[in-house]
Amino acid sequence: MGQIRTKPDSQIYTFEGFGTDKFPNFMLRGAGNLRNWHIHNYEQRHEGYEGLRKALKMEPTAVTGEVKASGLRGRGGAGFPTGLKWTFMPKDSDERKHTRYVVCNADEGEPGTFKDRAIMEYNPHQLIEGMIIAGWAMQCKQGFIYVRGEFKWLVDKLDAAIQEARDAGYLGKNILGTGWDFDLLTYRGAGAYICGEETALLNSMEGRRGEPRVKPPFPATKGAYGQPTTVNNVETLASVPVILRIGGAAYAAIGTPNNTGTRIFGVSGHVKRPGLYELPLGTPMDFLVNDLAGGCSTGRKIKAIIPGGCSAPMLDAADFDCPMDFDAMKARGTMAGSGGVIVMDEDVCIVEAVLRLTRFYAHESCGQCTPCREGCNWLEMVLHRIEHGEGKPGDLELIASLTPRINLRTLCPLGDAACGPIDSALQKFRHEFEHHIEHKTCFVKGAKLTSAMGVH
Amino acid sequence: MNHPLPPETSDRPLAPGQRLAHSPRATLSADCVREIEALATKYPEKLAATLPALYLAQADLGFAGLEAMKEVARVLDIPEGHVFGVATFYTMFHQKPVGKFHMQVCTNLCCALRGGAKLFEKLCARLAVKPGEVSPDGMWSVEEVECLGSCGSGPCLQVNHEVYDEFLDTARLDAVISACRQGNVPVWGK
Repeated sequence: MGQIRTKPDSQIYTFEGFGTDKFPNFMLRGAGNLRNWHIHNYEQRHEGYEGLRKALKMEPTAVTGEVKASGLRGRGGAGFPTGLKWTFMPKDSDERKHTRYVVCNADEGEPGTFKDRAIMEYNPHQLIEGMIIAGWAMQCKQGFIYVRGEFKWLVDKLDAAIQEARDAGYLGKNILGTGWDFDLLTYRGAGAYICGEETALLNSMEGRRGEPRVKPPFPATKGAYGQPTTVNNVETLASVPVILRIGGAAYAAIGTPNNTGTRIFGVSGHVKRPGLYELPLGTPMDFLVNDLAGGCSTGRKIKAIIPGGCSAPMLDAADFDCPMDFDAMKARGTMAGSGGVIVMDEDVCIVEAVLRLTRFYAHESCGQCTPCREGCNWLEMVLHRIEHGEGKPGDLELIASLTPRINLRTLCPLGDAACGPIDSALQKFRHEFEHHIEHKTCFVKGAKLTSAMGVH
Repeated sequence: MNHPLPPETSDRPLAPGQRLAHSPRATLSADCVREIEALATKYPEKLAATLPALYLAQADLGFAGLEAMKEVARVLDIPEGHVFGVATFYTMFHQKPVGKFHMQVCTNLCCALRGGAKLFEKLCARLAVKPGEVSPDGMWSVEEVECLGSCGSGPCLQVNHEVYDEFLDTARLDAVISACRQGNVPVWGK
């Protein structure tokens, strides 16, 4: 047993009115209290394992039906309907009984996203309960939680929580007298952002290099260890107990049609109160950034907002009215992604910000597909010379000719993600790039965002 | 098209193994071997033990160099090439020695907006060590890392893959450094 975090956490998890009918608190119950994670707290104070008891009295297909009825969409980034994903798992036939796995994707590494960490820190049992319900719905015998390597203390905490659940009879043999066996294992990654992609995650979990696989076959046909597998995000799985407890229809009533339920938004960057805010989907961005997070911390105007983790194309202050849900974001040319909102004030050099993000993608590209491996590096070099006053006329056209050759030409969406910030920045803040090239100097006077020391 | 960066130097050795630093010890301790052997049956396939085994070997030998890779391959009875491929793919396996306190600062956008990059430079100056190097007394090494999942509470510093230090500023940085000096932080691999 390793060290379990005992240091107090000064992050913001709540706001006025949180926990009422208007802003239900499903995911962040007890967040901020480091003793909250124990099973007795979860059972006594947060209606823990009630959803599981209900689910185990239902047929597995009925459980999937309930999740389908809730309209829950994957919280990891793509927003794929969870219930539908579960139905892709093959049915057992007389000739073949499948070994199946349910895998939780806890490889949270997208800059701007820090929600899964809070769930695992304060409510690990909600995730475990969600995994058991998912395991029952898909009739798995084994589940895995793949946690990123940097979260070592969370792996220890999850291991301790899994043991508590095992001791209470929620995991192991003959769960709650149903005759069904299910157990969980944690797996610790080792510092690769790409392992958040589901097939790269499966490769990594098999002890290989985290390189995305060719699809098809999709994981539901051939996933972990060659068996049918479903991979879901932490927040998605942690929503499942809530759905079972209150019912799919009641969950679907929250949010907007087709974008149901609540989700955790992480606000970071230049805001007064950065932190995690759980809101019904479809809440306008203005309410989140200005009312809850307190607006700009520097007293200047907000220039750009990245609304869904750093892969999402940027928005500017004119998009404050945008409802935060999957479809409305898509209509604005961006994506709801992982719910991480990064706010930048008007003193931020967009060229430098984009350079920093592109360096991240160039560093994290797994190197398997040429367009992404070479393209991201070239983008970084071109942006580097623009930022350092060595840009040439025609560089912007060069970038514009590069991104369509990366976008949608790779096995996984990392290449597309790298193009999102650049394309949107060129579209919305082109004058800053031009200023850099023409005047060899920065448009704004903000603090430097990249260190001169930086070597990966 | 002109290459915007200077060309690579040609003094790169040929064989992959030659590039790797050597550990002072060639074999793992008996305890570590036993733990790795226990891992072999923990997962549905033996190969899945590669990552956890490399963590153990890294803790035992100080870093995941050639000896650590060979030992993991030997104990798990899997190809050496596979272990080399895995160990060099992931950034948390270090192929050369790190300091007793390996300081990792997130300098990605969210932390940088709150001064992460500045703090990283300050940290390098304070410890008189450059990224990728170990200080002469073997105490410190620094690394600029990508997102640590601490965007709302950045800038974030992690010492030795352990618990984070968040809301970092100059005063907090000094506090962490002195805590390391006084031995209040577990050293690398412990």
